[in-house]
Amino acid sequence: MPRRDDIHRILLLGSGPIVIGQAAEFDYSGTQACKVLREEGYEVVLVNSNPATIMTDPEFADATYVEPLLPGSVAQVIEKERPDALLPTLGGQTALNLARALHQDGTLKRHGVELIGADYEAIARAEDRDLFRAAMVGAGLRVPRSAIATSLEEAEAARDDIGLPIVVRPAFTLGGWGGGVAATPDEFRRVVRRGLSASPIGQVLLDESVLGWGEFELEVMRDRNDNVVIVCSIENIDPMGVHTGDSVCVAPQQTLTDRQYQVLRDQAIAAIRAVGVETGGSNVQFAVNPATDEVVVIEMNPRVSRSSALASKATGFPIAKIAARLAVGYALEEIDNDITRRTPASFEPTIDYAVVKWPRFAFEKFPGIDGELTTHMKSVGEVMAIGRTFQQAFAKAMRSRELDSLPRLEALDLDELLARAARPHAERFDVVLEALRRGAEVDELHRRTAIDPWFLRELAELAAAPGAPFAGRRTFKAVDTCAAEFEAETPYYYSSWERSGAGEVRRGERPSVVILGAGPNRIGQGIEFDYCCVHAAMEVRATGRDAVMVNCNPETVSTDYDTSHRLYFEPLTLEDVLGVIEVERPEGVVVTFGGQTPLKLAAGLAEAGAPLLGTSVDAIDLAEDRGRFGALLRELGLRAPPYATAHSVEEALARADDVGFPLLVRPSYVLGGRAMEIVYDHEGLRGYLAREAGVNGNGREIYLDRFLENAIEVDVDALCDGEAAWIGGVMQHVEEAGIHSGDSACVLPPHSLGGEMLDEIRAQTRAIALGLGVVGLLNVQFAVHGEELYVLEANPRASRTVPFVSKATGVPLARLACRIMLGARLADLDLPGERALGHVSVKEAVLPFDRFAGTDPLMGPEMRSTGEVMGIAPDFPTAFAKAQAAAGAQLPVAGTVFITVTDTDKPAASTIAAQFHDLGFRVVATRGTAQAISRMGVPVVTLNKIGEGSPHVVDWIERGDVDLVINTPMGTGARTDGYEIRSAAVSHGIPCITTLSGGSAAARAIGAAREGAAPEVLSLQEIHRRANGEAKPAPPRPAEVA
Amino acid sequence: MSRRPGFVLLEDGARFDGDLCAADPPAVGEVVFNTAMSGYQEAVTDPSYAGQLITFTYPHVGNYGVSAQATESDRVHARAAIMRAAVNREDAPGAEGGWLDWLAGCGIPAITGVDTRALVRHIREQGAMRGGVFPAELSEEEARALVEAEPRMDGRDLAREVTPGEPIVLGPTGAAALDYVVDTVRELVGERPVFGICLGHQLLCRAVGLETFKLRFGHRGANHPVKDLQTGRIEITSQNHGFAVVGPDGETTIAGDEPVRWQTDFGTAELTHLNLYDRTVEGLTLRDVPGATVQYHPEAGPGPHDSLYLFDRFLDAIAAAA
Repeated sequence: MPRRDDIHRILLLGSGPIVIGQAAEFDYSGTQACKVLREEGYEVVLVNSNPATIMTDPEFADATYVEPLLPGSVAQVIEKERPDALLPTLGGQTALNLARALHQDGTLKRHGVELIGADYEAIARAEDRDLFRAAMVGAGLRVPRSAIATSLEEAEAARDDIGLPIVVRPAFTLGGWGGGVAATPDEFRRVVRRGLSASPIGQVLLDESVLGWGEFELEVMRDRNDNVVIVCSIENIDPMGVHTGDSVCVAPQQTLTDRQYQVLRDQAIAAIRAVGVETGGSNVQFAVNPATDEVVVIEMNPRVSRSSALASKATGFPIAKIAARLAVGYALEEIDNDITRRTPASFEPTIDYAVVKWPRFAFEKFPGIDGELTTHMKSVGEVMAIGRTFQQAFAKAMRSRELDSLPRLEALDLDELLARAARPHAERFDVVLEALRRGAEVDELHRRTAIDPWFLRELAELAAAPGAPFAGRRTFKAVDTCAAEFEAETPYYYSSWERSGAGEVRRGERPSVVILGAGPNRIGQGIEFDYCCVHAAMEVRATGRDAVMVNCNPETVSTDYDTSHRLYFEPLTLEDVLGVIEVERPEGVVVTFGGQTPLKLAAGLAEAGAPLLGTSVDAIDLAEDRGRFGALLRELGLRAPPYATAHSVEEALARADDVGFPLLVRPSYVLGGRAMEIVYDHEGLRGYLAREAGVNGNGREIYLDRFLENAIEVDVDALCDGEAAWIGGVMQHVEEAGIHSGDSACVLPPHSLGGEMLDEIRAQTRAIALGLGVVGLLNVQFAVHGEELYVLEANPRASRTVPFVSKATGVPLARLACRIMLGARLADLDLPGERALGHVSVKEAVLPFDRFAGTDPLMGPEMRSTGEVMGIAPDFPTAFAKAQAAAGAQLPVAGTVFITVTDTDKPAASTIAAQFHDLGFRVVATRGTAQAISRMGVPVVTLNKIGEGSPHVVDWIERGDVDLVINTPMGTGARTDGYEIRSAAVSHGIPCITTLSGGSAAARAIGAAREGAAPEVLSLQEIHRRANGEAKPAPPRPAEVA
Repeated sequence: MSRRPGFVLLEDGARFDGDLCAADPPAVGEVVFNTAMSGYQEAVTDPSYAGQLITFTYPHVGNYGVSAQATESDRVHARAAIMRAAVNREDAPGAEGGWLDWLAGCGIPAITGVDTRALVRHIREQGAMRGGVFPAELSEEEARALVEAEPRMDGRDLAREVTPGEPIVLGPTGAAALDYVVDTVRELVGERPVFGICLGHQLLCRAVGLETFKLRFGHRGANHPVKDLQTGRIEITSQNHGFAVVGPDGETTIAGDEPVRWQTDFGTAELTHLNLYDRTVEGLTLRDVPGATVQYHPEAGPGPHDSLYLFDRFLDAIAAAA
């Protein structure tokens, strides 16, 4: 069946900010969908709140709306754009849920919008637990047996049907508290009794336990003609019990016999038919009991997923691209396999290598959280490695993780190691390898972990001889979907070590530029850097050179095989990268776009003679070395906060007084503010140094900076060609200095800085750019303290705000920087003057506190956000409100605001309280804050602190009597009132603002929202067109082109 | 299992080193490859691999050991296994023995640690050829002589070597070499419902007067898409053959998705199945007498179960004829 001609305009929904469980894979799938649908001649309307994505680049859709992914805003877009169809299966759970909501509230029907890809009934059958079970049973498949019981008698009656062991979960307790697994009748009675009393409604859910069974996933595609293919099988090395996103996985499956595998294949096909996903990709997850051959279906996602991105990268079969074509009418046999170009997509890829995926965790960012892995996903990113053997792939995946420090296991004896291996956690496989190294038996480890012995045996060999898989010669092999049965057209390579040196790289004659990617997503280094790398590839292609990408993150657009001319799926270590450079012989290497990952390699690469493009290694060092940078600032006559560098605890304590408290302390080499803290006195400093000795061991430097309290922080992104500099954007942070810039909301253009100060900021940025000798991008952070401007730091590389600035201004900074690095002059680029934009853009961070029960949901100098959203509106308050809504903290327009602040914040808090009162809010506060507020003449209700007895503030929050919390911290750590308040707010989904400037912005935003209807939605294309029309060339500035 | 160095030598002189890991070589024959990612025991016991050395493109072979359930016939028909990362795994759940122990017990040489991808690419570019697995001590000249001594594939009667009874499903060699079987099949057509599979397909086609030709690269894997022209459905099939049936106008590939027809000695034959990889004939039906054939392996083992419906069709044909 050919392309559908009855639809013309298609609405595509993105997945919003990067959060745990929903990451860059949906930028990859959405970007593929945009490309394909436009190639097919459809108009694409896109809604996504995440500015760091490639898909929201204005050239990827006909109309791009950076709006909150909420039914109201999407309905506004639908009303304005009148699409014929909505494709909801490429934007993760967010898009699917939105599509359901828009169906349920009648919006789709009212505007005649057809759901394509998956219809409402199919989505409901996959998502609703009961409907799904019924569909599976109807198709003859088995699901885990389960029951609900409200008494011990009911539970006992269900026990025999389900069979022990049984998982008991009390209904409506947070995080399943009070439940457990029962293996014997006695244990069962005990756990059920406990569960019944823990549940507020006296109900327990009983599930057949499949803990320890093998976990397998099959990626399935189906077309309109009911043809079904399996793209890939994935085996979780961690058995059932660990979320697949947190499991170390291998593709293809390794341990099932052909007969067992074919059973799964049949069942996956039966499942997609039973759920009724008409076209597109789905992921079906199975538990298999290796002892009995029993198979149960665990779940199915009727959409592309993290696993489908992995399967696409593992096989070369572009699931999202093909899903988009299927959704508009094509059949699998009518679509060509991009890789071979001579076979149709109606085939099953076969591979001749092993793929290992490893999750990347960030537990170090969340003190107080234990790293245990459960069915609740906690990883923030992942890496994938390809090897000709499992051991090659596994070892490559391990080194791709880029851990700050490897787990220290020397002190543990074998028994302790075995005990730790039994418990799934972030370091499990490091522990398993160490245990094997010390002689642990495979059988013993299998008994403790339930990991299939095949994997343990392979790991035992790896532990015994880590170098053995890498004996022989390094050669690059191609990923071709067909195990070399056909010739491949699309060059997508991985390194392998073989006896013969038969490489497959077809280098061609054109000059190439190697772009080093950003590695695994983690806090502090997210999708923004992938965005920059993809832009570098686009620019390199545009100049007629071959773009060559090196990266190991399977979620990303950069590792899509058609982003670059050649893709090397490789760890970003010096040795691996030099291997690529050896075969590529590139004209240049880009290390400044992928965040810290490639930057760390710059010196080593330069030493090995690799031709780095842009800013020199010396300039990078000049910016990073405190002493050298300080001298440069002095030379330029610029001011920086007093600072000192120390190499020991004693030295730090001695120098602290010279610098002056409060101090911002951190280790010299940090990512995302890792281990950065503000201390107010000697005692605090001593405590910090004791805690962070690990980060700072072995005489690494410690930086002490004077912390400027209540300063306004400013970020600037600029371009420089070494002789002239151009300001891309100036952003003012909403939160005061001291909150990590990655966690702070920021506004472009600045909402409260005067013209003179802005001129000063621009002039200093230019001076620093030229002083450093930047060729490419530069980010400078300033603090405005009173009337003074201080330089905090300068980073001569792509910053995390580059995509935001590019979206806000319509100027593609990363591409332009790449052009400069390839030799262009700023003067050649025909850049507009800094624009008088007709709109305000706000970037807001999204924090993962809801995932980490037990951590303090508080912002500080250590970055903890996983992603970001953007709000665009004609004025600051509205843009701020949109950004809050997009970040999942929709501000209330009425109700009760609870305010509790430190003494120094009390005067300012009273002003905010007055604003809320004027907006019609009831104001409640704890005693001290309430006194300050009532002195201003604002009516306020006084609440008990926790220690003052019930009903206290947390009771109020839990009862739902509070709609907004403004709480500035009085110290961190468990058991403080502030901690309890913030935790209660986060767990009840109540917006919790922890800075006064945030509180003030919220009051203004609520005021704007109450004034009337939601403002008109505008696409980025319209906004940029307006900006271009309205942009007045800035008055000539002699300094602009110095 | 102790390993010692060995090598694969192809008739054009290409050499690939590895470690011997089962019975003692040499083993000589046609070197072919199989792209399935599981089902190694099924593959080597499949009679259609008689006389061939199988190169497994998936590197890990032996992961789940061997069991009686996975044998496709009474013995190993392949002459050797060429692998990248073979393991024995006698203690895998459900295993009745280790893969390499079992091969050794069956007297089948095997070699591992070979850059199988380079080997497969070589065959793909140069075409299927003879070759052998040899111990490192053997000189290349001696090895070459052994390869040269092996008859070429086209024209060999491997059916006689592997067939216990009436030939319906078999053999890697072309049906052209099997005129005596063709005569037998010819006597059956019109008398009994006939269903030909793989070589059986080629024999039946020749029996009714159609021609076969040697493919440049055989079909060897478990992932080939075949379209059933009667329903429009596409099935993923298990394949292992080096020859195919010539189309109605003497062409080797079929341009459209139409059920084109041949005129045969037994009336009209109609194309029913088409390979979407290279558009060669994968199956046909005889319209005037009860008979149908497919070129691939609907019985799977190893491979997908998408084509099991063909057996229902055949049973219906038997019932209709009774």
